[in-house]
Amino acid sequence: MALLELRGLHKRFGGLHAVNDVSFGVERGLIKAVIGPNGAGKTTLFNLITGTVPASGGQVLFAESDISRKKPHQIASLGLARTFQNIKLFSDMSVLENVMVGLHVRSRTGFIGSMLRMPAGRREERRLRVQALQLLDRLGLSDFADCEATSLAFGQQRAVELARAMALQPSLLLLDEPAAGLNIYETAEVGRLISSIREQGVTVLLVEHDMSLVMDISDEVVVLSFGKKIAEDVPQSIQQNDEVIRVYLGE
Amino acid sequence: MRRLLPICLLIGAVVAVQLVTEVSDTRYYLTQLTMAAYYCLLIIGLSVLMGYAGQISLGHAGFFAIGGYLSAALTTHNLIEYNQAGLVQALQQLGLLVSTQDIYGSSLLVVAPWAAALAAVCAAALIAWLLGIPVLKLKGHYLAMATLGFGIIVYRVALASSYFGEADGISEVPPFQLPFGLAVSGDFSARVENYYIAWGVLIIGLILLRNLIDSRVGRALRAIHAAPEAAEAMGVDTARFKLKVFVISAVYAAVAGVFLTHYNGGIGPSEAGVMKSVRYVAIVAVGGMANLNGALLMGVVLSFMSLRGVFGTYDDAVFGLILIVIMLFAPKGVLSLNPLARVRATIGRRRLSREGG
Repeated sequence: MALLELRGLHKRFGGLHAVNDVSFGVERGLIKAVIGPNGAGKTTLFNLITGTVPASGGQVLFAESDISRKKPHQIASLGLARTFQNIKLFSDMSVLENVMVGLHVRSRTGFIGSMLRMPAGRREERRLRVQALQLLDRLGLSDFADCEATSLAFGQQRAVELARAMALQPSLLLLDEPAAGLNIYETAEVGRLISSIREQGVTVLLVEHDMSLVMDISDEVVVLSFGKKIAEDVPQSIQQNDEVIRVYLGE
Repeated sequence: MRRLLPICLLIGAVVAVQLVTEVSDTRYYLTQLTMAAYYCLLIIGLSVLMGYAGQISLGHAGFFAIGGYLSAALTTHNLIEYNQAGLVQALQQLGLLVSTQDIYGSSLLVVAPWAAALAAVCAAALIAWLLGIPVLKLKGHYLAMATLGFGIIVYRVALASSYFGEADGISEVPPFQLPFGLAVSGDFSARVENYYIAWGVLIIGLILLRNLIDSRVGRALRAIHAAPEAAEAMGVDTARFKLKVFVISAVYAAVAGVFLTHYNGGIGPSEAGVMKSVRYVAIVAVGGMANLNGALLMGVVLSFMSLRGVFGTYDDAVFGLILIVIMLFAPKGVLSLNPLARVRATIGRRRLSREGG
């Protein structure tokens, strides 16, 4: 069975049917892209998967368990990480600390243990620091470890957000427009990064507007229009699909 | 070592102040410094709630009063006429009650101060937990108003209930015996001892909170403050963490209430007043929200000045004014004001606008 499976997902906001009976699966080890014109319901779809907004109907199955009624933090602890379209880093915290929050579900020291600085907690703290630094190193961010995260350049902030999501050691990574606001060089870099993440065994589902990036890196593409799935195929076929061309370019 | 430096400096300052009052024969200052330390305990707890976790409370005087009033009531209300009742006998067998004599020689049976203190702090924690579950779903102004409502309830209950002494409050609260022969009491002969007890309690409380902030939990709390949605997406159970930090800060307030009530030998409804809660929020704001050292420093200075009567009858008005001025000119606290940097920034801006124009 697919790692992530959407079954007849619906979301209504008042009279607006933002997501209308969307079903598809994401197989393990793939990079799958969700594309569609503005307002097609892509971000809403992400919010339904991560539990940020409750679905009006349908089911989300992640690793064979139903997560439709779960809270975002529960879904995250199952190994589903995400980034945000408008970067949401923790201000007033260093890059290192941001990534260490990503390790939250991979650590367990509680309030009492923290207040008393128990030996187990201190050992865990050292482990988190080492792991976070390794992650930053891999993404070429080690020089910025002690910088305030929100003081970095835009592209670097995106990279920090990615590092933070990867710290969760997810089996599925949801990327909401990872190339938004980046120039072509940075976009190419992000593409390489996403491919390398997949090589580490992480399945990727992304929403993206940059067609060249989508066609370059994705194994499969789902096209949404006005909340409905209108196509699902490999990138080459999507580019030839009449319906998709009509939606994007008009009649 | 860098972690310990501020604590060592603080301990040094506490000892130095005591020695100065000894040499200069101004020991009476120690009374207000002792009381200020207890208020500071509440203030640093509130600082973690507001500054780090980003949740406001305008009801912390309520938690202080729950601690103070309960320990005062339990240690003063005579249970002698109920001594046949099963519950009272059971408490007596458990060693939770003490029998003494009042100043007129009639016998008294009251709850032992340590048991009363424990009950009072647990009650405050339980009430904070029950209150926090619904109200911490609220944000910003709505949370402020809900906690304000709670503070008003505690104040009116204290004022209306004969068990809590109505407008007179509760007096003749006995000393709180601690281990090593120490006792929390307002006895003049124990002034130095109590000064060190108060500051000892405050410093322990400070160390615990510093550890908390500088940990996995502290990072999660700051993350909730900065970007709740992202914190949740990283697996932080935001509702649970907010609730726990709310309970911890309520416990700090209640412990402060217990100790100060035994030190003063009583408590009155003004301690539960809404203006007290506003004052605590003002002091945290002056200290710079997410700045424990700042909250501590400002807590001592302002509480001390207020207790010494520096602000006269305008006491509450001064704290209201402080809140307005801080919000307008230094929302990150007075310690963030670096006069030189400000001057430089202003000059820089002028030059820029001249070049631009």
